[in-house]
Amino acid sequence: MTTSEKSPAPLVEKRFDWRPAWMVGPALVILAVVIGYPVVRAVYLSFRADRGLDPATGMFSEGGFAGFQHYLYWLTQACPARGGDGTIPCPPGVSAVDFWPAMGNTLFFTVTTVSLETVLGFAMAVVMGKSIWGRSLLRAAVLVPWAIPTAVTAKLWAFIFAPNGIANTMLGTDIAWTTDPFYARMAIIVADVWKTAPFMALLILAGLQMIPGDVYEAARVDGASRWQQFTRITLPLVRPALMVAILFRTLDALRMYDLPVILVSANSGSPTATVSMLVVNEMRMGNFNSASAISTLVFLLIFAVAFVMVKFLGANVVDDRTGKKEEIR
Amino acid sequence: MGTYIGAVLILIWGLAPFYWMLVTAFRDNRFVFSSSPVPSHLTLDNFREALATDAGNNFFGAIINSVIISSITTGLALLFGVFTAYALARVDFRGKFLVTGVILAASMFPGVALVTPLFQLFTDIGWIGTYQALIIPNISFALPLTIYTLTSFFNDLPWELEEAARVDGATRGQAFIKIILPLAAPALFTTAILAFIITWNEFLLSQQLSNSSTEPVTVAIARFSGVNPYIPPHAAIMAAGALVTVPLVIMVLIFQRRIISGLTAGGLKS
Repeated sequence: MTTSEKSPAPLVEKRFDWRPAWMVGPALVILAVVIGYPVVRAVYLSFRADRGLDPATGMFSEGGFAGFQHYLYWLTQACPARGGDGTIPCPPGVSAVDFWPAMGNTLFFTVTTVSLETVLGFAMAVVMGKSIWGRSLLRAAVLVPWAIPTAVTAKLWAFIFAPNGIANTMLGTDIAWTTDPFYARMAIIVADVWKTAPFMALLILAGLQMIPGDVYEAARVDGASRWQQFTRITLPLVRPALMVAILFRTLDALRMYDLPVILVSANSGSPTATVSMLVVNEMRMGNFNSASAISTLVFLLIFAVAFVMVKFLGANVVDDRTGKKEEIR
Repeated sequence: MGTYIGAVLILIWGLAPFYWMLVTAFRDNRFVFSSSPVPSHLTLDNFREALATDAGNNFFGAIINSVIISSITTGLALLFGVFTAYALARVDFRGKFLVTGVILAASMFPGVALVTPLFQLFTDIGWIGTYQALIIPNISFALPLTIYTLTSFFNDLPWELEEAARVDGATRGQAFIKIILPLAAPALFTTAILAFIITWNEFLLSQQLSNSSTEPVTVAIARFSGVNPYIPPHAAIMAAGALVTVPLVIMVLIFQRRIISGLTAGGLKS
């Protein structure tokens, strides 16, 4: 996903320099072991058949190559036919039928939460950027939702959204927040936006503060309105920071797990089930190969989204990190 | 006017749910659904229930587990991250761009893709129920963050001192230990807080790779059941939540400025 041709050519070196190798090496080795190995193994497992009785021979068999069987299981709900070759449409109750609803939930949560967080985070960042009394208190306050573990956030909002909880009391309603499909999704969105909009605000604020003040001065002298200043100066100049923030939040939302599991239900058929929940549930049933297939699908989805955002939407993350100071575009 | 209204709304946004958790944690269980924001019917019973070791809950043990797991993960991530960050910030070497890209990819990596193979591997080698089964995967989240944050801090350090030491005949290693590390101490501290919080808050991998003797607080709180499985012990859960969040929140309030600079450095640019 990184485009190496964009990078400046490294200084030509005559001999291989071992010092950076041993400085960088250990971290790379650790990441290779902790991330690289499991990913390769997951992809390998996703193409293996489950161990079991081979109907042809009546013997216990070791599985073997399964082709795309597990991927077809999730993507097309094609279950292996009993006692023979080929596949049949999966009967209801098999976890494969939860795949597309879970995918829909995941994408729905991602689009809604990231949109809301971007708008709210932007508004918060604008307020926090003003030099007002108690500014550091404000910045500390928005760190509180970020610092609370998601597991605790989920329990806290489960309490707030309890049948006779404070949400229903304040709204004067009698909503079954965690069981009604529509409201359960709303509950997840509210809790997620509460937790992460402040984080978005901090990233956007950092971007806003990189804009030199005299740009606005000049615009005012030229008679630009507030709105013109916002659309012609603020938005274009904050765009790089904004895109990085959106990218990070999007990838985070795509792997959402704790919040729906703890706040609503860990059941893969629940109205708020996400694809990450399907991976865990499948693994718990002992179906490691099909769990590996769906985790590979999640992985591919996230990398495809990251690729598209970096490549086409200009979320320029790599150049910012290579140590060069980047001028404001 | 407008700005101050916005500021008050942001304060309420950030603090009101947390305040509600605290008020409930101290409230007598019979008044748990009271809608009064004023603390009333105060008691410590909920904390006693949260820390009681009956009904399969061992919340105190979970706090100890979280402290052990988060401290060791943070220490290892700093140890391995600091050299990498130094090299990325200060040494020109071939493949730097590739290394940056690999670490960036690692930081965006979905943890759920690690669960299945790691669970199988750790089951095979008998690691389920050990601390290393939780520490090693957590490094995959803490290490990229550590490297980014430290790299951007190293970039901002004045390099003249190091150069002066080099001119005076110090090796790169001596300059690093005698000049850079002391200068970077505040950055190391900030990074340590970030890595600690990230590890403390991790749930998905911890849930699958721990057992009841090694589970961290996030997992313990998620399956906190209380004595009667049909009535969620809301007040005790809020007390447990307060126990695991108040230290973090205090840390965040004290080191607010540093944490923000670390977060935006790790999340944005140098």
